[in-house]
Amino acid sequence: MSAINLDRRVVGEAASTHEATPKPATNYLNHETTIASWLLTLDHKRIGLLYLVGISLMFVLGGAFAGLIRLELMTPKGDLLTGDVYNKSFTAHGVVMIFLFLIPSIPAVLGNFLLPIMIGTKDVAFPRLNLLSFYVYAAGGVFLALALLLGGVDTGWTFYTPLSSTYANGNVMVAALGVFVIGFSSILTGLNFVVTIHRMRAPGMTWFRMPLFVWAMYATSLIQILGTPVVAITIALVGFERFLGVGIFDPRLGGDPILFQHLFWFYSHPAVYIMILPSLGVASELVSTFSRKGVFGYHIIACSSIAIAIFGFVVWAHHMFTSGLSQYAAMVFSVLTFSVAIPSGIKVFSWLATMYKGSVSLASPMIFFFGFIGLFTIGGMTGLFLSTLGTDIHLHDTYFVVAHFHYIMVGGAIMGFMGGIHYWWPKITGRMYNETLAKISAALIFVGFNFTFFPQFFLGYMGMPRRYHEYPEELQVLNVLSTVGASVLAIGYLTPGIYLPFSFFFGKKAPKNPWGATTLEWTECESPPSPHNFDHNPPVYDHVYDYSTLNKEAAVVSH
Amino acid sequence: MSAHNSANVEAHAGHPHHEPASLVVYFSTFSALMILTILTIWAGMQDFGALNTPIALGIASFKAVLVVLFFMHVLHSSTLTKLTIFASMYFLGILMVFTLADYLSRGWTGQ
Amino acid sequence: MSATNTKSDTAQSHDNHGHHPSLAHHFVSLEQQHEANILGMWMFLVTEVLFFGGLFTAYTVYRLKFNTMFQEASNQLDITLGCLNTVVLILSSLTMAMAVRSAQIGKTKQILNYLGATAILGLMFLGVKYFEWKHDFEIHLVPKANFCWDYAKERRKEADHHEKDKPFVSKLIGKFVGHHEEHAPPSAAEIAKDHKNPESQQARIFFVLYFAMTGIHALHMIIGFGLIAAVAYWASRGTYGPEYYTPVEVLGLYWHFVDIVWIFLFPLLYLLGAHLGAGH
Ligand code: HEM
Ligand SMILES: [Cu+2]
Repeated sequence: MSAINLDRRVVGEAASTHEATPKPATNYLNHETTIASWLLTLDHKRIGLLYLVGISLMFVLGGAFAGLIRLELMTPKGDLLTGDVYNKSFTAHGVVMIFLFLIPSIPAVLGNFLLPIMIGTKDVAFPRLNLLSFYVYAAGGVFLALALLLGGVDTGWTFYTPLSSTYANGNVMVAALGVFVIGFSSILTGLNFVVTIHRMRAPGMTWFRMPLFVWAMYATSLIQILGTPVVAITIALVGFERFLGVGIFDPRLGGDPILFQHLFWFYSHPAVYIMILPSLGVASELVSTFSRKGVFGYHIIACSSIAIAIFGFVVWAHHMFTSGLSQYAAMVFSVLTFSVAIPSGIKVFSWLATMYKGSVSLASPMIFFFGFIGLFTIGGMTGLFLSTLGTDIHLHDTYFVVAHFHYIMVGGAIMGFMGGIHYWWPKITGRMYNETLAKISAALIFVGFNFTFFPQFFLGYMGMPRRYHEYPEELQVLNVLSTVGASVLAIGYLTPGIYLPFSFFFGKKAPKNPWGATTLEWTECESPPSPHNFDHNPPVYDHVYDYSTLNKEAAVVSH
Repeated sequence: MSAHNSANVEAHAGHPHHEPASLVVYFSTFSALMILTILTIWAGMQDFGALNTPIALGIASFKAVLVVLFFMHVLHSSTLTKLTIFASMYFLGILMVFTLADYLSRGWTGQ
Repeated sequence: MSATNTKSDTAQSHDNHGHHPSLAHHFVSLEQQHEANILGMWMFLVTEVLFFGGLFTAYTVYRLKFNTMFQEASNQLDITLGCLNTVVLILSSLTMAMAVRSAQIGKTKQILNYLGATAILGLMFLGVKYFEWKHDFEIHLVPKANFCWDYAKERRKEADHHEKDKPFVSKLIGKFVGHHEEHAPPSAAEIAKDHKNPESQQARIFFVLYFAMTGIHALHMIIGFGLIAAVAYWASRGTYGPEYYTPVEVLGLYWHFVDIVWIFLFPLLYLLGAHLGAGH
């Protein structure tokens, strides 16, 4: 069998040497250079880059609000921001980070760029829809920006009724419209990916030959398709209620506010998996490449992504344990929530087993992976504290919850995103970045993150509620620690914002496969890829993570 | 998974498109839908007590199945299409059943 | 399995299928393109199921809470018109199915005829809806605008009394051209008092859901008209035939879905209180 593989490799080699002619390579970055060729592009790779610009801006914006929040919390008294401005800040922070940054981050940037290449096709199934999805996202962003400029919204990212529908001052409807619109962008991306994976795979690319990142994107897309419409209609109902003054959720008019929470969390719990699943997919790629070893438990990791997507839909009411939910339902949802931890645990153990006896190299993406796995694990484990009914009564709506989900969404999801960006940067831009700076940045993020959020577990446990701008004096030490950590974290995030763009212009040219990875984007595509990705049908191997062929090839080349 | 694979292979292999369905199928489907519409109105006029809604929904579901199978050609569609429809129903079911699990058990205090 | 792909065949992707004008560059064959588009539509319909599903869930919850009032409120709707619309819409599904079939067998002229018929039936549906909504407005059943449950109940009783002995056809015609006697609209004070009444509140939730559901359904039909126009335009230029009729089929799927939604809305909204009898 390996002989066959070697044969194929030779065919592939022949093709690529034939192509490596002296004339300057055209690639997707330089084959057209007008502004219109970027803004109206149908190329999935360019659309990915458009998204990268969009979400980077949003990350900075959301981060600025986070800075405001942390500054206010340096001191127990509300001396920097009034209560109202504070409420508006954390709402803006949450809405921007979740809807404009995290949900589109990996799927719309890395997913768009890589998914078609990884399954060996020229583009996603619906390129126009893909571009439309970007502009819908941008339109949603405009609405949210408008809501901010008009004076902000103070409901929190959850838009709970009747606060949002009756009492909240501010521009709830403009913001809600923004979220509604962005939802459709997310649906379009998910729909596109599902169809692409089902219908566009290269000949021979069976389901269990797909890279795990593609599996993760598939699971993510399913959630986007199944969950997002529910939150869309829910927001529309809030809109009816607010505009028309009719009571759907308003208890004074006979409505039921808890129904809103059910509908909202039916989407929004699965949505937290929209945020983390792609990172889990990135992690599988990283751990394999930098351990030079096939992923341990490939099949079970693939299936656990799907399992997470499905289980994710039956746990939502763990956000509602103290809302007046029936005791029976609370019990059922508590038990089911524990089950979600199983597929997540399977993944973590499989990654560890992948490294075991692998030849682990400490390149910067791998450093991000190490950060990711630690933080994700802590986040997941503390989720179990919260799923325990009795404990949650105490911890609900405290900083413990804040710490929990930041460990997952920032520690897990964003670390994974950073790892992915660093890993695929040479492919995307054709340049190498400064490895030392990247490692420093990874370390700063890890340290800064833990200083920021670990104290919040204690704060929450001691009873500090979330969403207040004042707190008792005895909690100041931990809060200051958290703010200091946040400053380190900010530096950690800003550093790549400097050396990555720098490398784009001045970095060393990247070889085709700098990390010695096995997936198609490395073995069959130039860095950066040509406009149509492949010049020939890419060969597909029995095992995606088969380093034996690569090692043999390396041996052949070095002779 | 094998269903997916074969669907994919089929997509590449360039099989001929489906034969158009015969007129008989369309007109019988239409007639059945009309009869069921009359049936559901008649049933709606009667009072079957607790069964009113199940009967109405049962007839509506049957009508929907007819439309899906014959007008939307799902009878002859790939397993994937059938799975897709099933998935949409399944997750809608989750939404309804788990929400109702709360509302219907509000009174149970466990004491 | 291992020998699946030894040849790196550029030939396949460029030779056999590359020349059909409707084949996009990133697909290998028309068949692949067709399958992708159909699946895309089905995925979209999944999102639609859950979009309407949120509404149906809200309906179910309130229906359980306010069962009695929901039946009474439902009894205010006009079953005859609801039934008429059901027939019209199912008929339009039939013509849509025929349009797809005409494309499959390559009869361009017929595609246009059937699409035209579908559009006309769709317009008829919306026309009937317009008269229904107009009537709802006249008897003060529109939340926010003028909802007054007591008033609406009175009007309904009166009308039933008046029309009791009229033959069916003149009743039906009366729904569209009939002149309603003038009534003093309820005063602001009456409306305010009505709004405090829990029965009115519960009936109003029914009507909020009724307008939301039928309104969003109607919006889908309006979008459908746009799609029909686009497909008809391409059909008139002879784009479709046995080789390539994907957009017609995709449009068909969409239209049938909208039909299915109505098949559920009809019993849930109109027939819910039918057993209570007229003028209850
Ligand atoms: C092992 C898996 C997980 C478990 C068992 C779990 C459990 C929980 C529970 C029970 C709560 C409710 C706490 C409360 O409000 O009292 C919660 C909140 C939260 N979780 Fe998780 N979680 C898990 C994974 C995740 C993931 C993967 C994410 C995001 C990527 C996430 C994000 C959140 C967020 C955002 C909240 C708070 C939402 C809010 O109230 O604003 N969780 N989690
Ligand atoms: Cu959750």
